[in-house]
Order: sequence, then C-alpha cells, then structure tokens
Amino acid sequence: MMPPTEPRWVRYTLITVAMLFLTGLVVLPLLLVFAEALRQGLSAYFTALTDPDAWAAIKLTLLTAAVAVPLNLIFGVSAAWAITKFDFKGKSLLITLIDLPFSVSPVIGGLIFVLLFGLQGWFGPWLRANDIQILFTPIAIILATIFVTFPFVARELLPLMQEQGRQEEEAARVLGASGWQIFRRVTLPNIRWGLLYGVLLCNARAMGEFGAVSVVSGHIRGETNTMPLHVEIMYNEYAFTGAFAVASLLALLALVTLVAKSLLDAVLERREQRVP
Amino acid sequence: MTSLPSPLDSPTLPPSPTYLRRWGWKRPSVLPGFGLTMGFTLFWLSLIVLIPLGGMILKTATLGWDAFFNAISTPRVLAALRLSIGGALIAAIINAVFGSIIAWVLVRYRFPGRRLADALVDIPFALPTAVAGIALTTLFAQNGWLGAPLDKLGIQVAYTPLGVIVALIFVGLPFVVRTVQPVLADLDPEIEEAALCLRASRWQTIRRVILPSLFPALVTGTALAFARAVGEYGSVIFIAGNLPMVSEIAPLLIVIKLEEFSYAEATAIGTVMLSFAFLMLLALNGLQRWSRRYEEA
Amino acid sequence: MIFFRRTLLAGVLALVAAPGFAADVTMLNVSYDPTRELFSEANKVFAAQWKAKTGNTLRVRASHGGSGKQARSVIDGLAADVVTLALAYDIDEIADNKLLRADWQQQLPDNAAPFYSTIVFLVRKNNPKSVQDWNDLVRADVKVITPNPKTSGGARWNYLAAWAYALKQPGGTDATAKDFVRALFKNVPVLDGGARASTITFVQRNIGDVLLAWESEAFLAQNELGKDKFDIVIPSLSILAEPPVAIVDSVVDKRGTRAVAEAYLKFLYTPEGQALGAKHYYRPRLAEVADKVADKFPKLTLVTIDAQFGGWRNAQKTHFSDGGTFDEIIK
Repeated sequence: MMPPTEPRWVRYTLITVAMLFLTGLVVLPLLLVFAEALRQGLSAYFTALTDPDAWAAIKLTLLTAAVAVPLNLIFGVSAAWAITKFDFKGKSLLITLIDLPFSVSPVIGGLIFVLLFGLQGWFGPWLRANDIQILFTPIAIILATIFVTFPFVARELLPLMQEQGRQEEEAARVLGASGWQIFRRVTLPNIRWGLLYGVLLCNARAMGEFGAVSVVSGHIRGETNTMPLHVEIMYNEYAFTGAFAVASLLALLALVTLVAKSLLDAVLERREQRVP
Repeated sequence: MTSLPSPLDSPTLPPSPTYLRRWGWKRPSVLPGFGLTMGFTLFWLSLIVLIPLGGMILKTATLGWDAFFNAISTPRVLAALRLSIGGALIAAIINAVFGSIIAWVLVRYRFPGRRLADALVDIPFALPTAVAGIALTTLFAQNGWLGAPLDKLGIQVAYTPLGVIVALIFVGLPFVVRTVQPVLADLDPEIEEAALCLRASRWQTIRRVILPSLFPALVTGTALAFARAVGEYGSVIFIAGNLPMVSEIAPLLIVIKLEEFSYAEATAIGTVMLSFAFLMLLALNGLQRWSRRYEEA
Repeated sequence: MIFFRRTLLAGVLALVAAPGFAADVTMLNVSYDPTRELFSEANKVFAAQWKAKTGNTLRVRASHGGSGKQARSVIDGLAADVVTLALAYDIDEIADNKLLRADWQQQLPDNAAPFYSTIVFLVRKNNPKSVQDWNDLVRADVKVITPNPKTSGGARWNYLAAWAYALKQPGGTDATAKDFVRALFKNVPVLDGGARASTITFVQRNIGDVLLAWESEAFLAQNELGKDKFDIVIPSLSILAEPPVAIVDSVVDKRGTRAVAEAYLKFLYTPEGQALGAKHYYRPRLAEVADKVADKFPKLTLVTIDAQFGGWRNAQKTHFSDGGTFDEIIK
C-alpha cells in the first residue's frame, strides 16, 4: 500500500526542483564533457586519444589500477575477516584507522609520501645514495593511489560480513574444513557481490585519483602522467579537445561503473526477495 | 543494547573483569586465520597509512609549538581553512535540503526517468574529480552554458567562493541522498495513515512524524558530505580562481606551500587537516551509533 | 575472475613494457611553463640531429610547470638531465642543494640564457580600458591577471618590472614602489600557479582587462586565438628577462648522459636552435638570426636585474622569500 501523498501541484513542484538540481549539477557537466570532446569532430577526437602522451597516460592509469586494486582487495578481505570473525579489544580504533584515508584530504595522501621519499624527506638521502628513485616515478603514483583507495573494499565487506555472522563458518570448522576451504566454500559465496561492488568503486577511484597523484607525479609527459593529470595538462595548454577527449574516457568509465553497480543492485534485490 | 552488531561498534564485552582477564585482548574462537589476517591487516595498515601519516606528524613535531602555531595562524592559512570548512558546511547544508527532496521524490513518486535519475545520483562518486572540475568550470564560466545566463543576472560562479561551494555541493550530493533514501523507503506507511486518521494535516504529518524519523539519517548524511568536502581538491581548484584570502582552499595551500618549498607550513596545515578528519570520523562513528539506537527506539 | 585478473595484469604489463625498448637514450628537460610549444618542436629537431650524428635514438622527455615549483621538484629528486627555467635564482637554488655546479652560469654564453624576452601587456581587442603603461594598472577600474610570484618565474619578472617602473618615476623610492605594486596586486582577481594557467584565465575564461605576460606568451595567445581578439601593448619600460639553462651534474653523471645533455643545450645556441626560438617568439641572441626577425620584436627600454636589483639572489631575498615584500603586500 502506498502511503498518503501530497496534492498534485506539490508533487510536480518537488519533482521539478529535484530534477532541475540533478540536471544542473550532474547531467549538464557530463554532457558538456562529451560535447567539448567532440566539438572539433570525430577525427580530432581520435587524434587526441591516439597522441603518444595520452596513450602513455592511459597505460599508466591501467597499470596503477591493476596494482592498487588487487592489493587493496587482499587487504580488504583479510581485514574484514579479522574484524568480523573475531572479537578483540581495540576493534573500534582499528576500523577508524582503516577509514582514515577516506576522510583525509587526498593532497595529504601525496604530501606524506613526499615527506618520506623526497630528497629532503626522511628516507630521501638514503634512497639517493643507494640509487633508488621513488618520488616522481610510477611507484609513488601507485603508493598514493593505494593510500586513497585503501578503505574501499574493507568498507563494503565489513557491514556485509558482520550481518552474516559466524555460525556457517563455525559449523564448517566443526565439520573439519580448513581455513582456506571455509573462506572459499562458505564465506566467498556469501560476499562475492559485495566484494565485486567494492572492487568496482575502488577501481573507479584508483583510475580517477587526482590530488594525491598530482603531488607525487613530477608531471613528466609520457612517463608519470596518469589520465587525470593528462587532462589537467592539456587543459592548461589550450588543448581543450585533447583535455576533454581523455576526460570523456574517464566519464565513460564512471558510466560503466554505474551501470555495473545498477546491475549488481538488481541481482542483490532479487536474491533478497528469494530469501523469505 | 541488543542492536544488530555493526562494524563501527566495539563488540559488547562481558561485564565481568575476571572474564576479561581470562581471554586477554582477544576472545578465543574456533575459526582459523586470525593470526594471518590480523597480521597482514596491521602490516599493510602500518605500511600504507600509519607510517606515512606518522612521518608527517613527526615532521610537525620537529617544528616545535611556536613554529607550528606561527605556521597555521597566518591570515592566509586561516582564510584557507575558513573557506574549506565554511564552504563545506554551506555545501553540506544545501545538500541536506536538496538531497532530501531528491531522496523523497525518488522514493515516494513514480515518474518517467526515475530510475535514470536514481542512477545519476551516484555520478559524483564515480566521476574523477579532475573531470568534474574542468566540466563544472566550463559550465559555469562567463561564456558557459549556465555561466552566461547567470552572468546576465549579475551572478558570477566560476572563480569566486561561490564556485568553490558549487563544486563541493557536487561531490557531497550522493552522501545525503544515499543515506536518507533507504530510511525513507523503510518508513512504515501505517504511521502516516494513523496521523491522517488523527486529522493531522499532511504538512503536520511530515513535520511531526516523517522528518523526526529521518533526522538521524539526514544528520549522518550531511556530516558525511561535510567530511568529504572539507578535504576536496581536484574538483575545486579549477573553478576556484585560487586567489589568496578569497578563494584559496586549504588543500591547495598545502600544495602551494610544498611548491614554495615551505615544508614546515605544508606539514603544519596537513596535520591540522588530518586531526580535523580524525575528529570528524570519531564524530561520525558516534552519530551512526546514535542513529541506529534512535531507529530502534 | 582470478583468471581474468591474471590476463588483465599480464596484458597491462605487456602494454607498459613495450615502448620502453624503442628509445636507446632518454633525457629529461624540466622546464618552466610557457616553453611547451618551443621544446615540443625543438626536442624533435634535436633528436633527429642526434640520430643522424650518433645513430642513437633519443627521446627527450619534458616536464612543465611554474618555474619555482619545477626547481623544487628537481631538489626533491625529479631526475632532470637539464633544467631550462624562467630565471637564474631557481637554478641557483638547485645549485645550493649541491645538485649542480655553483658556477653553472659561466658554462654557457650570455649568462647561460640562449634567448631573452621581456614582459608586455596583453589587452582585449581595441584596448577598451585604454591601458597604455604600468600606471594604468593601478586604476580602480582595471583588473590585472598575473600568476603567483611565489611559484611562477614569469610572475616574478612581472612584479620586478612593475617595481622598476615605479622606482623610475619622479620621486620614486622603495616605499613608493612598494605602494605601487601593492595597489597593482589589489587589482588581481585570480592568482594562478603558473604563467600558462594565467593565460588560460585571461584568454579562455575572459577574466581581467590586462594580462601581464612573457612577450612570447602574449604573441602565442594572440596567434592561437586569432588576431581579432587581443592586442599587445608595449609599456614605456620593461625588464630584460633571461630564462637560463643548465646541466644537472648529479643526474647526468649518474645516468651517463652528459654528452647528450651538453649537445642539447648547445643546440639552442646554434642558428637552427635560435631560429626555432624566434619562431616561438623568444628573442634570439645570435646576430644573424636576430637581424632576420628584427621587425617581429618591438624595441623598448629594458632594465636589468643586476643593475636595478643587485642580481637575482638579492631580489629573491628582499621580495619573494618568506616574510619578504611580496608577503607583506598581499597580507
């Protein structure tokens, strides 16, 4: 039964206000990215995308995500297992610390690695003496990305695994299953959609991170520019088509992420309905 | 308290201190893997988060109190902190209003395009901040799609503090909608029916019945939007104009200080922002616990 | 899913590794903001020459940004083989950190600056605010665009040129100059990090009435966006801006790239390098090239940093260090 509702004019006003707000703030910027990217025509668009520097940026972004996401995936699963399957003191503090990168400014995510690995930082002189370069290389970019995407998988899994409790795992244990078997056969099937969801968000953020990466990158063309940094550089060079062309790829990534998320939501909803 | 355990709660510990002493810091369990997963979690957490952040705090500590205080009390730093925090607060309040309207419309009304609109709410989560930054800037610039008509009305958005707020509204929007939406969907229609039977007007029902039950979720969502906006960088720097004392946000000032080689000031501002983020997180944890208890009451 | 991940990872690694073998030699030129176009062309020409001469494939990588910021990145460990920055002090600072020799400015002719330039005004078409000289910039109705002197080299030249103008006025003292520059910065609505960002603000975003810019940047803006949109105004006096170049000894010695780095910088002094500079609106040093393009560059009185401000170290200390004149002005 639908609850009582408002007069027609109130409904229409509210819908209009909500949709205008969404249009102005979300839809128009999204449309604008594609409009600007295609303003000089398709061939200019593809020229911009096949530019060697743009291509190098795309590859670096893929590499960054390919390293950062699996590492945070392993971390997220392991942290969620330790936190939800066991009781120990200081759990609350541990969770807050895991959450910290989420609420701290991304710029700080870059700053801390400059302070560690910069020539003026804690380990800088030692690294230089041993001929190891970290700051202004892809390694620093990957580290900064891992930092900002740190809590993403864990945050998705924690409430999910908490809700599912421990009985199934404990039963499996009593029946003689090993730890790995329990995880593979009992836990994983329960959390796989939530896990995928976390990976999705983690990946979107890893590919799109700007602030932290910008601080540690050094902005060497074709070498340490990720896609968002390339967008900024092109934007600062009057090369608006180039900037928005690469931006349109990132916007596409966002759209794909959202579609996948909607599909996941639908799957989850159906599963919930099946369980009485 | 017999609530659903939440990851944000510490486990309900048995009251007896002798029992506490018996299982030390960890309650025994038949499940395997604690040592491995806890070990890896702490190792990775230390490596990526704690040691680097500790390095920053240590660097700040070497400054000494006076130098630290001098670094963060210059008018420029104070103005930047004021803009970051004040702008985030204004943006969060605007999001609270419009976010609730959007959540209300999405849950309560059926209209063409509702599902699409629902999906679009998440765009600010998924769209990289730099892309959002250049798109909003182009949109609101004097010759932009929205900037041009606004300019005719004498309103300048891009390159003013107003632009900062627009960007912060953008990044915070999904937090309010996504926190309020599920609570709204779970509201029992019978309560509203009852209010109607008691001859409450619709407005009275909303004010006295619906809003109070949404309140904790609304506060939590607003706080999340606020926390996210305080540290925002990518989407703001393009649209802000970055004028010292006027439209320069704190994270940008960190970057500028770094570029000026004033490590001390950069770390000092960084430490202030880190402490603020930590306090926000603690407040949020408290808020979420409160709102769960509220829901069950 | 694990299989998928593995293939993806392998694919990505292959993608990234592939182009690494194409180039025999690479070098990194860390440069300031408005030289993007100049070096993107010069790097290709030089790489072709190098290939013809040595048979080695050379890839010159470039990084651009505000000059001060770039210097600090190098000090922080950015492995630049050569630096080509907006002003000598920024390279001095790298030298102070022992990354290159202290007498770097004696290693190449003309104070190690292969080109020179100056600061001019870019105004909107037909100069609607009728800006003719520096004193028009402090008028209440004029909005001035300049980058931040703390991070941008061009902005420091802007600032010092304005200062020098105020000093040369009748009754001009350091105190009147300071007031003049303070009044000028009161008229600045946007303070970007680098010269290029300021140009964007003025040209693309339509903010401000005057852009204080490198002469090269002003010409570029005028030509990239059509002659009908902007005019260049030459003030009665400006400053001789020498953007210098240097080899970063600590890096080339470690990487074994000294020969190519030296050749690269010397190339900028050759007729071909000088012509490339002139093409991108940098004033050439070599007489034979300068004569050919003389009509391109207007003549004006240029004060020098050494005569007017006692060299860059002094100017930096007085004006741009923490608590210096600039800090007092923007308070």
